[in-house]
Amino acid sequence: MTWWPLIKILPHKTNLHFVKYARAAGAVSVVLCIASIVACFYPGLNMGIDFRGGAVMEMTKADNSALDIGAVREAVGELNLGDVGVQGIDSAASAIVRFQVPEGEAQNAVVARVQDAINEAVGEVRYSGVSVVGSKVSGELFTSGLLALGLAIVLMFAYIWFRFEPQFGFGAVAGLLHDVILTFGLIVLFKLEFSLNMVAAILTVIGYSMNDTVVVFDRLRENLRKYKTMPLREVIDLSLNETLSRTIITGVTAVMVLAALAIFGGEALFGFSIALMFGIVIGTYSSIYVGAPIILLWGVKRGELAEDVKPVKLGMASRP
Amino acid sequence: MIQISRWKIIVLALSLALGLLFAFPNVLSPAQREALPGFLPKNALNLGLDLQGGSYLLLEVDVPAMRTKRVDNLVEDVRVSMREARININALQREPGGVVITLADQAQADAAFKALQQLAGGPNQQGVQERTATRQSGNRIRYGFTQATLDSMGATAVDQSIEVVRRRVDSTGTKEIAITRQGAERIVVQAPGQNDPAALERVIGQTAQLTFQMVDSENSVADAIAGRVPPDAQLLYGDDGVTPYLVKRRILVSGENLTRASVDSDQSGRPAIGFRFDGVGARRFGEATAANIGKPFAIILDGKVISAPRINSAITGGSGIIEGNFSIQTASEMVNLLNGGALPAPLRVEERRVVTAELGADAVAAGALSTAIGFTIIVVFMILAYGFLFGGISVIGLVLNGLLIVAAMSLFQATLTLPGIAGLVLTFAVAVDANVLIYERMRDEARAGRSVIASMDAGFNKAMGTIVDANLTTLVAAGIMFIFGAGPVRGFAWTLTIGVFTSMFSAVLVSQVMLAYWLKATRPKKLPIADSETVR
Repeated sequence: MTWWPLIKILPHKTNLHFVKYARAAGAVSVVLCIASIVACFYPGLNMGIDFRGGAVMEMTKADNSALDIGAVREAVGELNLGDVGVQGIDSAASAIVRFQVPEGEAQNAVVARVQDAINEAVGEVRYSGVSVVGSKVSGELFTSGLLALGLAIVLMFAYIWFRFEPQFGFGAVAGLLHDVILTFGLIVLFKLEFSLNMVAAILTVIGYSMNDTVVVFDRLRENLRKYKTMPLREVIDLSLNETLSRTIITGVTAVMVLAALAIFGGEALFGFSIALMFGIVIGTYSSIYVGAPIILLWGVKRGELAEDVKPVKLGMASRP
Repeated sequence: MIQISRWKIIVLALSLALGLLFAFPNVLSPAQREALPGFLPKNALNLGLDLQGGSYLLLEVDVPAMRTKRVDNLVEDVRVSMREARININALQREPGGVVITLADQAQADAAFKALQQLAGGPNQQGVQERTATRQSGNRIRYGFTQATLDSMGATAVDQSIEVVRRRVDSTGTKEIAITRQGAERIVVQAPGQNDPAALERVIGQTAQLTFQMVDSENSVADAIAGRVPPDAQLLYGDDGVTPYLVKRRILVSGENLTRASVDSDQSGRPAIGFRFDGVGARRFGEATAANIGKPFAIILDGKVISAPRINSAITGGSGIIEGNFSIQTASEMVNLLNGGALPAPLRVEERRVVTAELGADAVAAGALSTAIGFTIIVVFMILAYGFLFGGISVIGLVLNGLLIVAAMSLFQATLTLPGIAGLVLTFAVAVDANVLIYERMRDEARAGRSVIASMDAGFNKAMGTIVDANLTTLVAAGIMFIFGAGPVRGFAWTLTIGVFTSMFSAVLVSQVMLAYWLKATRPKKLPIADSETVR
């Protein structure tokens, strides 16, 4: 069994010229980022009730018979609650109803009215989950969600600046922005619901993408010290190639596990896992094609790096 | 680094023992957990509301409305006090936090000021002067709340509302309901799954607004039903939702003047509600009943007429009973509501999330299934990729990791939510990353021509910094979720944070110790995970 452990059949020394294609990849990234930003406004994010207020109810026919979704839609639509959505789930007996709570009306009253209307239209229904968010709270949640994303990016930048070089910081942040923007684009593309959970997913993508970037940068810094005369372009290529097997193995593990979550985790985790999965793929790509090549644009003062940067105390990575 | 060090083994054994100890309650039933002797930990995982089912209510205290109401009462007090002191008033002019009294006769200014000072009284139990009277030019006196009182009014109202909500909730006998303050003017009520969410909402959501209003006897109810409602009256229905009543809009007395309600019985022994008014309420009720003998009045709770008795004589004592269609149960429910219900300010539900226990159980099942599948995938993949030895060691690290996460979350009672389960699965995937980093580094070093021991040693040494760096970034992300996130997101952050610590610990330490044993036992000539070509 020469093929096992499988790790042996990974090319032991890849020599891919990543940097050569960085320009083309960069162009693709820029186009995709612009498209994603545009998509966030037109057609726009599919905001969940966390961020735009309103109500979501999950319901099942009491006798588990098939639910007439059209009748539910019509009954709720007649109440003039703006923007009513009815969507069937898993079994034919269940559905999710979304509606808005008009300004100035009491939440409970509106919910009770909708439930009465549905009961009248399709017979007795059980409600397994009811969520209502007021417009005031949803506005605040949205602000703090965006604030959290912004703060995460700033902190990561500061961290990389502190641990590496400013140029590395710019590279890392460019990679992060790229990942966050493309994840947003994906959320729009797949019409996933943008909710609090989604913000958590994006924050995790940020964490993972940084994780990936740090691994590459660590090796890059080490190689810059090791090969003082090698052109920067080649050092970057070398570092990317050296970390490639790890990048692939960790990435594949994470994606497989998230795929399992998306498939078996049920309705509630689906959007969350999909966003995480694609975010991680994008994050892996960006640490190869966005983070590192950006450093090439800025250049690194090699001498400084070799002398001024003290051995890192936290770990032992820079031990000679 | 690759040596069998005694302290590493001790730490590992200790963490395994503690992990087992604190994770153990999770395999027991609640009853078995209760029966454990006192020195053993009893806490199992603390499931979030989205997993065990339950309701989450975010209530906002309407502080401005309460301020207005407090000033209303203050103005009413001034009016009464002036009348009792026989002082003639030209005008009462409201201003923020108080009222300016213009006297008809300047000669009465001293007497009026004295009366108002008396009304203001001394400092309260906390030593704060709540109300003051100040003389302005000539015949004008200002009477109002002190600045200190106005400043603390909002906070006090929220505190009082929390008290009221707690009293109401406690009186229903529901269990483990958490009532917490959020920000300056909000209250969060969280009730776990075994409670009936609808009942909880009834108890908290009900404003318990009790009013006494005259029944309009001059106009016919039939006309009102036909659409001709007099401007000073309103059409209400009885508790049964059928019996119509035409009631005057003017409120004689309201629940705010209620000092106490109790379960009582009427003359024929049926359950009724006894009530007692405060001074202002008793006076108003006395005056109203004296002026309307022989006419019916309506007792209205939240817009429903509970009963409409005829006034037989003036009721001056300030107490009485409400007869209605009560059972002992509904009477005591209403008594609880009325007694607990003196909300200082209206409560608005700003956010509610209700999940039934079945939906929660479904989520747990889905979460458990996907965790199991995710875990299996990682195990299979790691063994395929790195073989039984190195892959197996990382799997053992992963198992210890899982055990420690469960133990830590049980110990700290961190809430496990549905996104938290996703965080757990993801943590497993990222935990393996530490092993991958170490193994890949070892292969690099072996490729560079080092001996087995040297390359393994270098693998650990050089990968360590990267592992710490990489995990710190995840911690930063989790920290931000913790600060900004609510509920489920916070649960996710909890799992992620605990996972980072346990995975760094178990992935690195387990593989160090186990690989050291392996090295000592087999003295290998070649790194099993090295490239096939690099045979040395």
